[in-house]
Amino acid sequence: MAVIDRTDSPLDLDVDDLFGKYRTMFLIRRFEEAAERQYKAARIGGYCHLSSGQEAATVGAVSALEEDDLLVTGYRCHGFALARGVPPEAVMAELFGRANGCAHGRGGSMHLLDVSRGYYGGWGIVAGQLPIAIGMALSLVRRGKEQAVLCELGDGAVNMGAWHESLNLAAVWNLPVVFMVVNNLYGMGTSVERASAEPDIFKRAAAFRIEGERVDGDDLEEVEWAAARLLRAARQERKPAVLEALTYRYRGHSVADAGLAYRTKEEIEERRHEDPLVRTRESLEARGAPLEGIEALEAEVEAEVEAAVAYAEADAPPSVDRLAAGVYAAGSEEQFERMRPGSPAGEEELVFAGGLGK
Amino acid sequence: MSGSGVAEAPAPATGVETMTYREALRLAMRQELERDERVFIMGEEVGLFDGSYKVTAGLLDEFGPDRVRDTPISEEGFVGAGVGAAMLGERPIVEIMTINFLLVAMDQVVNHAAKIGAMFGGEVRCPLVIRTPNGAGNQLTAQHSQSFDGWFAGTPGLKVVAPANPADAKGLLKAAIRDDDPVLVIENLPIYKEKGEVDVDPDLVTPIGRAAVAREGSDLTVVAHSFATVRALKVAERLAAERGVSLEVVDLRSLRPLDVETVAASVAKTSRVLCVEEGWPSYGVSAEIAARIQHACFDDLDAPVERVGMAEVPLPYAKELELAAMPTEERIERAALQVLGLAG
Repeated sequence: MAVIDRTDSPLDLDVDDLFGKYRTMFLIRRFEEAAERQYKAARIGGYCHLSSGQEAATVGAVSALEEDDLLVTGYRCHGFALARGVPPEAVMAELFGRANGCAHGRGGSMHLLDVSRGYYGGWGIVAGQLPIAIGMALSLVRRGKEQAVLCELGDGAVNMGAWHESLNLAAVWNLPVVFMVVNNLYGMGTSVERASAEPDIFKRAAAFRIEGERVDGDDLEEVEWAAARLLRAARQERKPAVLEALTYRYRGHSVADAGLAYRTKEEIEERRHEDPLVRTRESLEARGAPLEGIEALEAEVEAEVEAAVAYAEADAPPSVDRLAAGVYAAGSEEQFERMRPGSPAGEEELVFAGGLGK
Repeated sequence: MSGSGVAEAPAPATGVETMTYREALRLAMRQELERDERVFIMGEEVGLFDGSYKVTAGLLDEFGPDRVRDTPISEEGFVGAGVGAAMLGERPIVEIMTINFLLVAMDQVVNHAAKIGAMFGGEVRCPLVIRTPNGAGNQLTAQHSQSFDGWFAGTPGLKVVAPANPADAKGLLKAAIRDDDPVLVIENLPIYKEKGEVDVDPDLVTPIGRAAVAREGSDLTVVAHSFATVRALKVAERLAAERGVSLEVVDLRSLRPLDVETVAASVAKTSRVLCVEEGWPSYGVSAEIAARIQHACFDDLDAPVERVGMAEVPLPYAKELELAAMPTEERIERAALQVLGLAG
């Protein structure tokens, strides 16, 4: 039950590997910038929570997943979806509410998923995804699989009852789950210091006799090294753990929040000196990656993001004729058949006519 | 990602046996545990303790701790665990000691389980069963005597069933376990000990979304579910014997989907309706039934739709006060006679 505040970074990625991860980080940054522009142009609605500044934590942790591991996240999830390999056009189309979005225009920014990549959402109630991750880990154990669940949450989630219940269940049932706390210092506008009696979040793992570790979340290799080790212990020894990644979000809580009511411009500027993209780019250069290669990569990613926006713009909205599609499983129509008499106005056309199954 | 997990079907046991509602639920779970390895039970005291109300008695010995899993007192945690396991294709049966405690896990039921099919564009489903009893009448007081049937039945994405007798307890629980959507099975404390005939055929399920005419009659339709059906049937017998009036009792069985067709067909015959439920009527199941009847049966009605439910107070402890608040047979009878124009 070690509690480790790690500052070293023993992982030493080779230059090609690092190059690929930098590319994903850069993709996330450019994608979020595009999402903000599109939101302000009213092509994206609802809430839109951006993760600019958190790319190393995101890509580092996702890089530590095996192909058959599972991922569950909160609502600040664009970066996680992209890091897990969900195509940018499927993510952008979802933000646009389009038919070919990864949730077919029914989830939006907060409810991305891709079951084929083991990514089970994109959840919008703070800490609500934690018990769900427990159930997934339990299912893996029932099947005797050597797989793990990575469950992402924000620092705001650790004061919810679901955090306590989930860590307790993970520990008493020895479940293969790693809770990754992306600590960006603020839950909406409330700082960790103001919200948490124990602001060293990783230490709270000790209350459940599981391992807790804190890493510099802006150091890609440190995050990946720690996540890989904890996920391996989860898979092989069924040891749950908490991994706290210290990072920062440059933008507000959502696009609608300027992000300045609770922190200063100076603070944000200061954090930009620790920018994970700059740091990772410096590592790349230090390991001999040619500058022109990096610049070519960046141009390529920018074109990719532009293409994702163009794809989303061109994609059709989901058909209103199928408003209720997916609400219930295929075959449920027969069960609901006798509910039609006396239904509220419009229910027949909006719900029953188009079917309830996908 | 799961195989079907369904075992080779053994030669079906057949025959009708008399058993309690509690035993019928246990039979359904035993049969489904045997049939499908994806099925497992999870909840407080379901294993070693044999179940708070003994519904799962003996199943731990029979199936072991992986299939019958005791949990800490942690409803939000283990209901959510049921959701997550179901998303991966398991068939969890989560027992909640009483429906009052399900409120602690409301977020997982309403914000999570109910949303999965729609919110994720049909990409993943949640075949979860939650079993829990409602009901009052044992001086359990305000926090342990409630019925929230209408709250859950008013939530798109959920299915809600509420059996009133042992045969439907077995049949509807089996249907719920085999269903691909989250199903809340509302049981009832006073009915657990009620006996009835049950066809033990493991392949026999009660279809979801189908009401039953529990008693045929011609003068008044009583629409009820769960324990209110038991009460209504007794009132119907008494009024037939004592007053010579004929009550038809429609047992809803499913609350969502709701079988309005069967209700409407009965109203077309009787022209008069009394809705009875154990819960508070305002915004409740009877409110929904009344709304649909006035729309679907407007020309059939000879009297306003009447309702009887729990008096709209938090349930008090003193026996006299509790009894006064409950939808007793006496109150149902009085209301029935009033709708029939025979009061007074």
